Amino acid sequence: MNQFSYMRPSNLKAAIDAVAKDTSARFIAGGTNLLDLMKNGVVIPEKLVDINRLPLKDIQLNKDILHIGALVLNSELAAHELVITYHPLLSQALLAGASQQLRNMATVGGNMMQRTRCSYFYDTTMPCNKRVPGSGCGAIGGINRMHAIFGASSDCIAVHPSDMCVALTALDATVLVAGPKGNRRIPFGDFHRLPGNTPQTDNTLGKGEIITAVEIPSNAFTKNVYYLKVRDRASYAFALVSVAAALDISNNIIRGARLAMGGVAHKPWRLREAEQTLIGKAPTTENFRVAANIAMTSAIAYKHNAFKIPMAHNTIITALQKAAAI
Amino acid sequence: MKKQQVGQSMDRVDGRLKVTGGAKYFADHQLEDLLYAALVCSPISNGHIKSIDATKALRAPGVADVVSHLNAPPVPGYKQENKNPKQGLKIFNDDRIYSNGQPVAIVVANTLERAVHAASLVQVLYSQETHHTEMSNNMDKAFQNNGMKDYVRGEADAWKKAPVTLEAEYTMPIEVHNPMELAGIVAHWDTPDTLTLYAKTQGVKSVQQTLKELFQIPEQNITVHAPFVGGAFGMALRVWPLEVATILAAKKIRKPVKLVITREQMFTLVGYRPQATQKISIGATIDGKLTGITHEAVAITSPYEDFTEGIVGMSKFMYACPNVNTKYQLVPLNISTPVWMRGPGEATGAFALESAMDELAYKLHIDPLEFRIRNHADTDPEKNLPYSSKYLKEAYQMGAEKIGWFQRNPEPRAMKEDDMLVGYGMSSGAFGAYRGKATANAILKADGSLVLRSAAADIGPGTATAMVQIAADATGIDPAKITFLLGESAYPEAPRQGGSSTVSTVGSVVNDVCKTLQQKLGELAINHLPAFKNAKPEDIIYEDGQLLLTSDRSVKISYQEVLHQQSLPELLVTTTSQSGDERKKYSMYSFSVHFAKVHVHPATGVVSIKHVVSVADSGTIVNSKTAASQMIGGVVGGIGMALTEEAIMDHRFGRFVNNNYADYHVPVNADVPPTDVLFINKKDPYINPMGAKGMGEIALIGFAAAVSNAVFHATGKRIRDLPITPDKVMQEKNEI
Repeated sequence: MNQFSYMRPSNLKAAIDAVAKDTSARFIAGGTNLLDLMKNGVVIPEKLVDINRLPLKDIQLNKDILHIGALVLNSELAAHELVITYHPLLSQALLAGASQQLRNMATVGGNMMQRTRCSYFYDTTMPCNKRVPGSGCGAIGGINRMHAIFGASSDCIAVHPSDMCVALTALDATVLVAGPKGNRRIPFGDFHRLPGNTPQTDNTLGKGEIITAVEIPSNAFTKNVYYLKVRDRASYAFALVSVAAALDISNNIIRGARLAMGGVAHKPWRLREAEQTLIGKAPTTENFRVAANIAMTSAIAYKHNAFKIPMAHNTIITALQKAAAI
Repeated sequence: MKKQQVGQSMDRVDGRLKVTGGAKYFADHQLEDLLYAALVCSPISNGHIKSIDATKALRAPGVADVVSHLNAPPVPGYKQENKNPKQGLKIFNDDRIYSNGQPVAIVVANTLERAVHAASLVQVLYSQETHHTEMSNNMDKAFQNNGMKDYVRGEADAWKKAPVTLEAEYTMPIEVHNPMELAGIVAHWDTPDTLTLYAKTQGVKSVQQTLKELFQIPEQNITVHAPFVGGAFGMALRVWPLEVATILAAKKIRKPVKLVITREQMFTLVGYRPQATQKISIGATIDGKLTGITHEAVAITSPYEDFTEGIVGMSKFMYACPNVNTKYQLVPLNISTPVWMRGPGEATGAFALESAMDELAYKLHIDPLEFRIRNHADTDPEKNLPYSSKYLKEAYQMGAEKIGWFQRNPEPRAMKEDDMLVGYGMSSGAFGAYRGKATANAILKADGSLVLRSAAADIGPGTATAMVQIAADATGIDPAKITFLLGESAYPEAPRQGGSSTVSTVGSVVNDVCKTLQQKLGELAINHLPAFKNAKPEDIIYEDGQLLLTSDRSVKISYQEVLHQQSLPELLVTTTSQSGDERKKYSMYSFSVHFAKVHVHPATGVVSIKHVVSVADSGTIVNSKTAASQMIGGVVGGIGMALTEEAIMDHRFGRFVNNNYADYHVPVNADVPPTDVLFINKKDPYINPMGAKGMGEIALIGFAAAVSNAVFHATGKRIRDLPITPDKVMQEKNEI
């Protein structure tokens, strides 16, 4: 780890200024990912701007919109009454992520900002276009069991590791951002990006911009929801695939459906076409299978991750069955 | 008579120290002027170091030195060896790189952070040569050394003539040592030829011996402290290059140096369970009598050492089979040397043998448990000797009843609970029950307390606790007044803690030294105390910490009173103890039986173990609590072997890609089901005075096969390639 300076501003403007003016400065909140990256020499900031004193820790319901401050801890959010009552899918996804110890440190904003867990990104002796643009992708010709089946490019096949973000994508959340040029709102699905030929950029935040909150609009997905994460061990493992499924069912007809997947793409992977096919249908395994088939049409596998295509397919069906309680 | 202590569920004597942070492990020792080290490791897998430029590192704040083959103090022991390259990695001896992660320099600074940072500033240039790390591409290099002769009993390949046969190949990946405590050492040269070490080791005397040879200094000049070890499982049975590197740095800098390696470095510097492929060919009559077993194993090793273990051993003696032949070969790769890892080779071998037994039982339409009983070896077919004790059939029965084996539907893929496929599997394991040679002191103090000392180790099973119980029964002294001290090279010689032999070996000498102490007290009484004046040694009995006359039990005196009457501050006796002719007359093994019930999710292939029953036939149980803990620990290791653990290498680079706790999956609590541990708890009449056989290895040996057999029962799918991850189990799309 290199030597770095450290500051802990108590207002948003000071924090934004500190990072906007210094190309090698980084915000730090829980540090559950950034410290690992620094120890491995993947990220070498000269300044850390600790944002833990910023007033971004509130959870409130305003006119049916749930407002979640960026510094709310993952463990706190998962257990919060408003989340359990109005957005249980989010609580389930959070609890599927990491370990209790990590959730006690990790924040909502930090969870969104975590980098991929691709091994080649973490090993500075290996090629990685995300870490060193132009150095090549180690995973494409290497070990790619954990890698993407959707939306990858010839430069990068890494996946986004978050569970929380999969639920937030499904729930049509909005990211609130503050920056040197003022505030803006980003639809959650537009926050993370696909790798293309610039895999070094994970998201659409500008320099000095900081996540201040996430908002979730009201919805009817309070009962028939399920987050199913398939992993190599029962806890503290990244998803092979995960599915967030939310259904609004009345009179045995699906009125609304949300589906998103984790562990399959460079960003949380929303399945809008699959959702559409479910609307107006009965919650049956046969209908869920049709949705899963549609969801998987554009999947592409690499040497070690071909299993993800049938696994993701099956996981979509199972998650929908669990959500519908059939 | 006081309550017998052996067999009780006594709390660990050092439990309080451990849970309050009072136990000092090697890295907890803060010596005056202590410096901190970090290793620079090779990113290439084969070749030479062209140059090392330490200029920037040496200029960094707080850096004391950068030590490498260019400037390390000479190791006299290196020169004593001949030119045979297979004598281990001689760290900092030359510019040769054999494997990725090999240390090329050690950077020492006044803080850990400065050492780590400076290590990143050392610039090393390499000349790279083609490396070979993939086992399957290098099978043509397989060889046998002198220690790995082929074995034939009866007729080789007799299985081919059997009416029912099975041929199958089983693969074991590299499993890496990942105890919580990282490897390392604190080294200090008190004088140019006097060395003090705080080590992570399973044998302080063995460290002393190795370093005596390497540095050519007298044994008594080397002091090794290791009273507490935070998990080792075989990785600390030898001195590693990382420890020699630290000792060399401390010698050059003339200050104490501490090295604690990183989790990533644990994958390349402290050994691992070697990757192995095993072919089992096995035949039986239609009524299920084995007629032939052929077991062929190939395992990996490093370019500079031939690491061998008991991988084909169990096939030779486990079943009453007239014809058995085995073959065991090594493939050298550009990878560091393997080492024993709990169970060790026997656990690898048992996965293959016990899976094959299950497969053949299904082919024969015989219950896998019944099939094993039909082929039970009543005497050891390899050594042609009776067993010293063997209650394997009872163990099968106990375990089967506990898990509900006889209530299951034996058809594959026939049982369901909710939407989960249900499977039951079983297997057995065996490991030699050993007894080595050890010496101990017993010191009776004036206050009646007893201190025992031996250079044994405790890597977690609770050595001192068991020894206190054995000593309490041997002397009649209250266990609260007995202390057993271990982990110091200054204590009398004891072997390394390995091969499940500590209770047998050290427990025996503890028993014997207590008897010696009593005899000495008897002599003192006869020679100096009027009441005992005319007694002969055999007239005295020892009970509840007292000497009594057999002829008149009212004539008695406490141990401490004997000392008091003689004005002795303490009484010290020393005894050495070892096995005798009994080992030539009997075959001695511990046995285990494992049962597992699994759930398999058919859509995703996720296996979860719902219930485990493990039965140990390991003689007398000295401490029922620590013994159960040890068995449960073996089950956890077995779950890792069965379902989650595998070190994955990118062979283009020769580097592991999952060398951290997040990606190398050691089982977590959520993976570990309710586990019932049952003990036969019958004394072995021959092995040692306690009748206790070993337990550490059998806790793990065979377990992975119980799980894979259960997965087959649940799904009808046979997984012969560990670990059984969801992708290997998952049914095809649309089957759900």
